[in-house]
Amino acid sequence: MAEIRTVGVAGCGTMGAGIAIVAARAGFRTLVYDTRADALATARRQSEAFFAKSVERGKLKQDQVATILGNLVGTTDLRDFKACDLVIEAVFEDLKVKHALFAELNDICPPQTIFASNTSTLSITEIAGGSGRGERFAGMHFCLPAQLMKLVEMSPGLNTSEATFQAAWDFCKALGQHPVKTKDSPGFILNYFLIPFNNDAIRLVESGVAEPAEIDKAIKGAMGYAMGPFELLDLVGMDTQLLLCEAMHGSTHEPRAACPPLVKRMIAAGRLGRKSGRGFHAYKDSKMFGS
Amino acid sequence: MPYCVIDTGASRSFPAAHALTQGAAEDGEVVVVIGAEVKRGLTRIREREQKTAVVLELGTECLGVYTGEARGTEGSNVLGFARFRLGEGEPSNLVELVRQPNTAPAALAAAKNLFEGAGLAVAVCNDFPGRIVDRLIRPYLNAALRRLDEGLATADAMDTTLKLGLGYPEGPIALLERTGLAAHFDVTQALYEALGDAAYAPARRARVAKQRG
Ligand SMILES: NC(=O)c1ccc[n+]([C@@H]2O[C@H](COP(=O)([O-])OP(=O)(O)OC[C@H]3O[C@@H](n4cnc5c(N)ncnc54)[C@H](O)[C@@H]3O)[C@@H](O)[C@H]2O)c1
Repeated sequence: MAEIRTVGVAGCGTMGAGIAIVAARAGFRTLVYDTRADALATARRQSEAFFAKSVERGKLKQDQVATILGNLVGTTDLRDFKACDLVIEAVFEDLKVKHALFAELNDICPPQTIFASNTSTLSITEIAGGSGRGERFAGMHFCLPAQLMKLVEMSPGLNTSEATFQAAWDFCKALGQHPVKTKDSPGFILNYFLIPFNNDAIRLVESGVAEPAEIDKAIKGAMGYAMGPFELLDLVGMDTQLLLCEAMHGSTHEPRAACPPLVKRMIAAGRLGRKSGRGFHAYKDSKMFGS
Repeated sequence: MPYCVIDTGASRSFPAAHALTQGAAEDGEVVVVIGAEVKRGLTRIREREQKTAVVLELGTECLGVYTGEARGTEGSNVLGFARFRLGEGEPSNLVELVRQPNTAPAALAAAKNLFEGAGLAVAVCNDFPGRIVDRLIRPYLNAALRRLDEGLATADAMDTTLKLGLGYPEGPIALLERTGLAAHFDVTQALYEALGDAAYAPARRARVAKQRG
């Protein structure tokens, strides 16, 4: 496998922007593509602010940041990705959108370029199936916020070659991330366990076992978790939980993955979570956690 | 408020000396019954109705087993509790305090005060099998064991993912190894019988550990 020097990140939203920071910080020339120029501009400002903080905290020196930011280039022209040795896709969670993007990339990129997808709920094999290069395709699922979270769940599709997976794995380590290998299976590891667990917590409220605040207190106190399920759900948002449930339940049909009716009622009532000021808990402001 | 502790032996909540047991008086307005024979301990309380609160240690059973139930209006000065503990692990700092629909508010407040005064965190819940924590984590632990069998990932990869991805102090497989797979079997089997929900059906690895003895 050819050495990976230039990385493409397709989609510069919440995840793409973070993944691009990770790649540039690790010393890769990093191209970020989005159809929206404003998404690129916003991400640029956020990246500059992020690296300014890194300097403040003594994690990076000013001249290192200058090099990193010089290596981090936004573009609205996908043809620039012909220079990429590996492309990580982080566009909308929609199989058709992803297929269309990869079909275009397959024509643009040289044959040795490895494709990776950051999908949370779609099948790597299915996305790879529409990419024209199923054997040079791997799943690379980062966690939010990617620039802070080290975990990457990596999965081979049915047709992924061993050499491709190994090259993607080595690249992930070179990013300074912590890869774990999982099957291409709905929700991989993290969401496979988390989505039903959160649903179970919601069902405890539905069936009158306890109030959300008491359940949060119990789980934190008994298990040593940093956040209770309802604190986490308020951060995720009920609208997102519904989408996650629909995707997970749609592919597994496991009862625990089915969206509890209370989630839909909360969405209807405008209780989306932190972002709307009220979810299972009430918030004084809608500031994002940690900001 | 002075309280006393009736110890019927082999308490899972207080297997060793603790501020709560050490701070007890000979007699008191609140009576805490701990150990494996709560029914017998209950008969030792004189003028039970006059107490501010009577708090009974529960296993996987419901409080109603001791108080009786009355078409959704049950409730008195008697509450249930359990200090959460996984198998052979140390008891946690978390007490689940079990109430009924008409539990006396003064009894609930006094019981809560007593546990918090002994340095424990208290979560209040209604009278259901598995209360909060067991009800929530047993399906998760069964799923982890099942996914391990199915080859989703190695045990280490699963544990690492939940630690790094969610900040859990310990992954599910390491946690079960530390606290005992057979002990997990006992609790999840009891909940499976009580709730009839397949998510509680003991995972193969838990059953094997139990059968192996
Ligand atoms: N948000 C999370 O917590 C999270 C975590 C892990 C993985 N993911 C996955 O990452 C992916 C992106 O999620 P997100 O939360 O960053 O979404 P987002 O909506 O914040 O960002 C998506 C970006 O992709 C751009 N885009 C859409 N279609 C495009 C196209 N055809 N070409 C170029 N750009 C396009 C959009 O303009 C937008 O900027 C999804 O597959 C999602 O499942 C999300």
